[in-house]
Amino acid sequence: MINPLEALKIIESHRGSSVVVPTMQSNRRWSLVSSRPDLDLPLTGCMGKASSLGLGLALAQPKTKVIIIDGDGSLLMNLGTLVTIGEQAPANLIHISFDNGVYATTGSQPVPGSHKVDFAACAKSSGYRSSHQFEHLEDFISSIEDLFAEEGPVFINLKIQEDLDDLSADERMAMPSLVKNYPVMKDLFAS
Amino acid sequence: MSDNATGLDPRSILKEFKLNKISHLVWLPDSETNFMYQVMTSDKDLTVVPVCREAETIAIAAGLQLGGKRTVVLVQNTGLFESGDSIRGIALDLKLPLLLMIGYRGWVRHGITKDSAAFYTEHFLHSWGIDYYLIESDSDAHLISHALSIAEANSKPVAVLLGREYS
Repeated sequence: MINPLEALKIIESHRGSSVVVPTMQSNRRWSLVSSRPDLDLPLTGCMGKASSLGLGLALAQPKTKVIIIDGDGSLLMNLGTLVTIGEQAPANLIHISFDNGVYATTGSQPVPGSHKVDFAACAKSSGYRSSHQFEHLEDFISSIEDLFAEEGPVFINLKIQEDLDDLSADERMAMPSLVKNYPVMKDLFAS
Repeated sequence: MSDNATGLDPRSILKEFKLNKISHLVWLPDSETNFMYQVMTSDKDLTVVPVCREAETIAIAAGLQLGGKRTVVLVQNTGLFESGDSIRGIALDLKLPLLLMIGYRGWVRHGITKDSAAFYTEHFLHSWGIDYYLIESDSDAHLISHALSIAEANSKPVAVLLGREYS
């Protein structure tokens, strides 16, 4: 199993000028490692919709690479997104799922189908151009450069360690938010 | 020109889209609006983005708008109910100037609706503070431009209800 913070550091080191859409628990950790918060679209609420938001931006800005950092619980909440993305097939979209088998934010209850659902197979059969799964950080490190250079949509499922999210409600509300970043980025694309 | 069942020609709606330079329509087809499908999908200036579930539409539209595309959402009223958290956390929180076109299932001008989807539609919009306009025929189509202007002037989502009376 992969340490989630280490995985995020690897993604960060390869993001370049990509827009990153982190959500839920990954959003909290992403804010610790991101070197380009001006290019981050953190979606804290609306669980499941990070991939849809990222899809819209990828379609509107085909020259901008969009990296979605999803969770398995979030993906299950909007599983049809795999088919919607597969149908649109944006070449500039990378969809990463942090698969720990639990709802870490609510006390680590298992998600339905915990460690049974093959998300990579779901993505592949939904029309993603390529789909991959990693259980060891070293394998992810040795592959990420090639994966990020592939024509999308690319799906990457990372089997990560279960890790309880112990943020208080106030701490969660203080996390980076879409409300702050969205208008800033809109100005960026308008200029 | 008008569709016999609705009195509303899809070309009247498309004309409004073109007047407002709408480039993308994020849509899950429904019984009330399927009469528009052929016209919308065959227009070269309009990209139709089909979805699997209505709640996807608002998040996709937010991404498209962020990237500079003028976008409209089209779902049935039942799908509007499904989309509640996206309306709250994306359309309203981000103050999106987004036109929500809603197929008004169960709408009746005369008599009493037997469809709870229709009964709750306007209550739902009131509770979110979303202004709305009813379109039943070609002569109402100009309300699309009006709704878009209200959405943009006030930086908030505005709905257009596509009414169709069942016999």
